[in-house]
Amino acid sequence: MDPTHLTISEIRHLLDERELSAQEILGLHLERIEAADADVKAYLRLSTARAAEQAQAADRALREGTAGPLAGIPMAVKDVLCVKGIETTAGSKILAGFKPPYTCTAVQRLFDAGAVMLGVTNCDEFAMGSSTENSGYFPTHNPWSLDRVPGGSSGGSAAAVAAGEAVFSLGTDTGGSIRQPAALCGVIGMKPTYGRVSRYGLIAFASSLDQIGPFTRSVEDCALILQTMAGHDPLDSTCADRPNDVTRGLHDGVDKMRLGVPREYFEVEGMEPGVRLAIQKALNTLEAAGAELVDVSLPHTDYGLAAYYIIAPAECSSNLARFDGVRFGMSEQDAQNITEAYTKTRRKGFGAEVRRRVMLGTYALSSGYYDAYYLKAQKVRTLIKQDFDNAFAHCDAIVSGTSPTVAFPIGSRTQDPLSMYLCDVLTLGGNLAGLPGISVPCGMSEGLPVGLQVLAPQWREDTALRVARAYEVASDMRVEVALVD
Amino acid sequence: MPLSRDEVRHVALLARLGLEPGDEEIYAESLSGILQHIDRLQELNTDAIPPTAQVVEVAATLREDEPAPCLTQEEALANAPAAVDGFFRVPSIQEET
Repeated sequence: MDPTHLTISEIRHLLDERELSAQEILGLHLERIEAADADVKAYLRLSTARAAEQAQAADRALREGTAGPLAGIPMAVKDVLCVKGIETTAGSKILAGFKPPYTCTAVQRLFDAGAVMLGVTNCDEFAMGSSTENSGYFPTHNPWSLDRVPGGSSGGSAAAVAAGEAVFSLGTDTGGSIRQPAALCGVIGMKPTYGRVSRYGLIAFASSLDQIGPFTRSVEDCALILQTMAGHDPLDSTCADRPNDVTRGLHDGVDKMRLGVPREYFEVEGMEPGVRLAIQKALNTLEAAGAELVDVSLPHTDYGLAAYYIIAPAECSSNLARFDGVRFGMSEQDAQNITEAYTKTRRKGFGAEVRRRVMLGTYALSSGYYDAYYLKAQKVRTLIKQDFDNAFAHCDAIVSGTSPTVAFPIGSRTQDPLSMYLCDVLTLGGNLAGLPGISVPCGMSEGLPVGLQVLAPQWREDTALRVARAYEVASDMRVEVALVD
Repeated sequence: MPLSRDEVRHVALLARLGLEPGDEEIYAESLSGILQHIDRLQELNTDAIPPTAQVVEVAATLREDEPAPCLTQEEALANAPAAVDGFFRVPSIQEET
């Protein structure tokens, strides 16, 4: 099989058996990028020189028997994760040319394990969006149908794995930005528990929601990448100091497990019948594998989007205050005073959706509105978290669709922000409640991939991964590479 | 409640976002539409509900405060749009008297 279609463990086998070198694996991936990325546009920029050095080091380590678990495995990194010396822009013009002076912890740990960085992937500006159309540079195309979006905000990372342009990649998930593009591109994507992975060196969007996670072609790969990145980091006080055991029981199956089916997640606005059917089939597969399906209720589902669209913009309006044209990034120096320098720089540097959310968040936090919006939303967040606590009293994990729809045509939702926000209606609850969640491909609708979401209680990534793995086995699912002649 | 033009101008200044021709109309319309959806939060009685300040229960993780190498001045200034004599250059923030 073409090496650009393989999983990490399959490539590692080739490397260990000396059938291919890390440098040859790298070369094949660069050829694939050359062939496919003119259409897909997953990458904003390649880091070929860095990749060559890392592949060379991996080959040396393989020869000397000192190779880490990811030696020679090519990966792609979302444009919000700082890597020293490699231009990182958060998909925004305001950071054009920014070369971080340090590397984020999550990527550093993958480098330390031997991974090879191919390049930086496209995303919605500052991770704000569900289609990658809000990139300040260009839209990314879905490898399964080039006139459709890959989802977002980590659309470039999802598309790169789906198109054979990386073996795995990193994204970030604030309201669904890993799971939703994973679903729309037919790959596996996981958002860990809030606090599982260090965010040192992540360009922040909404700090009470953001998490870094992987896109992969197998559940085993997903567990391996998460295990490698996760764990306490003295550089991030929000990263928990607790046992790192996400691979526990991965192959134990779902026999006798109770899987909660939230009725509200099957009745959300805009749920496509083809998606509902694919999810129902996946649930039947899990049931046939021994799981017990139980009805659960998440009664505040209808309020999740509203709470999210106060909390996330409020936090982003605060986080994005640092982009002032003084220390880094774009700067409009032609100003009469400092306020004008700020307002001109930020008006020019931020795109329309980022400006809309900064305005919304600033309004929600402004004097006289704080109680009605931000405080209210944080209270509703408590209700949503209680919904999940109550549901998990009756089940081990919750299963549902990841996205109510398959990939939609480029341009079809850009005029109506609410219709775009509704893409995340099944995923953002997991962020509000701090839960781990994974999306695995579960068939097609209208010729496009559908994703099955598994949510687990906080710190139970092992449960989410175990259910996902059981589905992968029971359905004989293999992530396919798209856009192959 | 739809946003007025005055409110849009006030919020834009708070957010340090310049306004170009047409922006006021765009913000007033799109923010009002989003806020209309958000207003459904008021349907819920949350008088007895505490706000979520921290979603996971994690004790504050502190570390020893030990001196260690940090960015050099050169590295810290490497991305500065304008630097003078080892400092970030900014427009004057005080009027000359």
